[in-house]
Amino acid sequence: MNQEIKPLNVLFKGLLLFLLFTLVIAAWQPGIGQLSLYNSLYPGRERLPFGENPKQSYNLSLFNLDAMFASHVIAGMSKGDDEFRVIIVGDSSVWGTLLKPEETLAGQLNQDNLNACGKNVRVYNLGYPTISLTKDVMLLSHGMGYDPDLVIWMTTLDAFPLEKQTSTPLVANNEETVRGLATNYGLRVEADDPNLVKKSFWGKTFVGDRRSWADILRLQIYGVMWASTGIDQFYPTNYERAQTDFDADERYHDFTLPDLNEDGLALNALETGFRVADETPMLLVNEPMLISSGANSDIRYNFFYPRWAYDDYREMMIALSAQNGWTYVDLWNIVPANEFTNSAIHLTPAGEKLVAENLAPYILEMCE
Amino acid sequence: MALENILILAAASFLWAALLRDRGRTWFMLIASVLVIFWLQPTLPIRGFDFWIPVATLVIAIFSWYITANDEARRKRKNWGVFALVAGIVLLLSLTRYFPIAQILTASRPPPIETLLAVIAISGMVFFGTAHLNRFNVTLLVIGIFILIVVFLVLKIPALTYWLSYGLRALMSQSLTSVSANDFHWLGFSYVAFRLLHTLRDRQMGRLPSVDLGEYLTYVIFFPAFTAGPIDRLERFIKDLRAVPSPQSHKDAMTQSEKSSRLRAFESSWLNETVYPAGQRLLIGTFKKFVLADSLALIALNEANAAQVTSTLWMWVIVYAYAFQIYFDFSGYTDIALGIAGLLGIKLPENFASPYLKPNLTQFWNNWHMTLTQWFRAYFFNPITRWLRSWQKPMSIPMMILLTQVATMLLIGFWHGITWNFTLWGLWHGLGLFIHNRWNDATKAKAAAWATTPAREAMLNSSGILLTFHFVALGWVFFALSSPATSWQVILILFGVN
Repeated sequence: MNQEIKPLNVLFKGLLLFLLFTLVIAAWQPGIGQLSLYNSLYPGRERLPFGENPKQSYNLSLFNLDAMFASHVIAGMSKGDDEFRVIIVGDSSVWGTLLKPEETLAGQLNQDNLNACGKNVRVYNLGYPTISLTKDVMLLSHGMGYDPDLVIWMTTLDAFPLEKQTSTPLVANNEETVRGLATNYGLRVEADDPNLVKKSFWGKTFVGDRRSWADILRLQIYGVMWASTGIDQFYPTNYERAQTDFDADERYHDFTLPDLNEDGLALNALETGFRVADETPMLLVNEPMLISSGANSDIRYNFFYPRWAYDDYREMMIALSAQNGWTYVDLWNIVPANEFTNSAIHLTPAGEKLVAENLAPYILEMCE
Repeated sequence: MALENILILAAASFLWAALLRDRGRTWFMLIASVLVIFWLQPTLPIRGFDFWIPVATLVIAIFSWYITANDEARRKRKNWGVFALVAGIVLLLSLTRYFPIAQILTASRPPPIETLLAVIAISGMVFFGTAHLNRFNVTLLVIGIFILIVVFLVLKIPALTYWLSYGLRALMSQSLTSVSANDFHWLGFSYVAFRLLHTLRDRQMGRLPSVDLGEYLTYVIFFPAFTAGPIDRLERFIKDLRAVPSPQSHKDAMTQSEKSSRLRAFESSWLNETVYPAGQRLLIGTFKKFVLADSLALIALNEANAAQVTSTLWMWVIVYAYAFQIYFDFSGYTDIALGIAGLLGIKLPENFASPYLKPNLTQFWNNWHMTLTQWFRAYFFNPITRWLRSWQKPMSIPMMILLTQVATMLLIGFWHGITWNFTLWGLWHGLGLFIHNRWNDATKAKAAAWATTPAREAMLNSSGILLTFHFVALGWVFFALSSPATSWQVILILFGVN
């Protein structure tokens, strides 16, 4: 049968089918992020995907939590009877800015081949390079799906201010997940939080949400480079060291001397984290920070903190932990200033080793 | 060309064709081409040169036309109109210097108008200096060819480009501390030069068709093919340019109903025979370039990953990625050029015909960047072979094949850049072609005798395809990287010697 093809009809039908496809995507919202070539064609990544210069780091930042976790090694590891599974959540100091995967806190703990209660300790790095307790809770909630035996939550004061909770892009672009945490675990989120991006119907269509689809695809493509090089971060040959001289500035966000007003801190997010972990033991850690000895170091510890605010925060954390029965470790000053790299919270491999050595006894202790 | 450039050019071409059909087609293509060479020229660190380079392209093209045109073509009045139009466009673009909001077609702020007027005046003086030679002059052709080759060498030899940048920076009173060979990027020159050389050489041989200035300029800087080819031939291009199917012809002799029915038939055939095939080609090209090639580029072999990958398996993966990236990138651009040109009724020549599915290297080169290889065949390989054969005591056939194949492929390598790696790439293919030629001579009969069944024939064919593809892929290692040492290291890893 030799039927004449009418290009206009083909064009019209093609457009119609595409329109239908994009609308179906909006209505269906398939969990495309769960499909991944990682942990099958490529090895899983040792840390969550994050990258500001993908061409050099073979890594990129995206907002799809399913895709992020599906690319992580934790998604490909079935937990054996002999595994004591530890997940660590936290900011860039946990993720490991400027560090190779094996140099991060998780990497160093894994190299120690710890044995807890007769099981092999396997530590998974679920840190992500933005500072917000709500972001940590969101990742913890996802991480709980992988059945950890212990959660280590590394945090610092700068993750607490309310205005930092939803402004980080990863949180802002996961509005439904954050609302779910509010519904299920009592996370306090404003109904009209301007930071949270509410996707319109158009934004959920294939065309409207094309960026997200493209990011997932790019993450899969970069898997080739991750598999072939083991590189997931750009390591500059030179970088600016963390600041040690400061102006005599005692300001800290909107807080005023002499005390941190707890109403301005997301203590509810901290409590939500413990509710999310539920029965799973959790170790709350005040992470190390640079203690400067430069100009005005009698006023400020570092770039982030004036002394009064940080001292008050430490006292508050001790009191809160005692009050709630949380296992809390304060490692604020265990790392010497020369073991920090480009920020007051980013450590050198030796600095991370020091933290790992301090945390290892707690891991062994908390397995029981 | 970025996606937005392509969409704008395709939309403009479609709209022109839909609304005006053949009316003013040459003018449309000429004006669009002149504007596009300014629009696409990237920003340069040497002040004003992202404006002067397109001007230089136009000046060289106009001079080339003048020395190749015959007396009859030169005398056409239309040439003055074309000249005034081109000069007017350049002046208008220059005037946008004083209206920043209108500076959308130049990479940066155009130079002062007085400088442009001075350049036009100097060009005019040179032009009139040669204009007294009102008869065709073969010496000018030789000078023209020589100048083009010199400019080509300066642009392709990094050390010379460096010194050019150095000189121009000094001329513009700019800092000399950060001079680089990358300062000077003449968009489209490789293709423009080859089109010009073709016309100059064909004029020497007395086989160039007579064209006016507008036709010649449109051919040389035709915007769909300006940045990435294909390299058309003037006589073929002109045929399309001059042949315009139109429902308007003989309209005076027709009744109203005849006119309407003829117009409907024309519109239908225009859609079916022009717009849809061109649109399809454009879509395929866009998909190849912006989806396939750009995705493969994320993992394709480059300087950085060549030093980072140490596993044989993954090294092959990134070399394969490069092989397909370069194919989809280049053939995608060709499809886009053919698509946009098709909307305007110009059928540019094909450049790629499934080259990776060819069973031997000779066939690969007959189907990869076809217009470039045809150009070299016409203007280098065939003449040099004829010359070698004309020797009183000709060399042996194998020696002649070795010499001509290697020399041709070396020149094709140099066309991409005169560096050690392009030399090695050219040598790799030249020797490959020679070996294939000798092998084919020695085994053709045996292979034919063996491949007596379709299965054997298919086996022979597929093993040829695999072998050829891998030979080409290994060649890309030299092409993709900049140093022989790094390339050699990659090849060692590919063969498990690490």
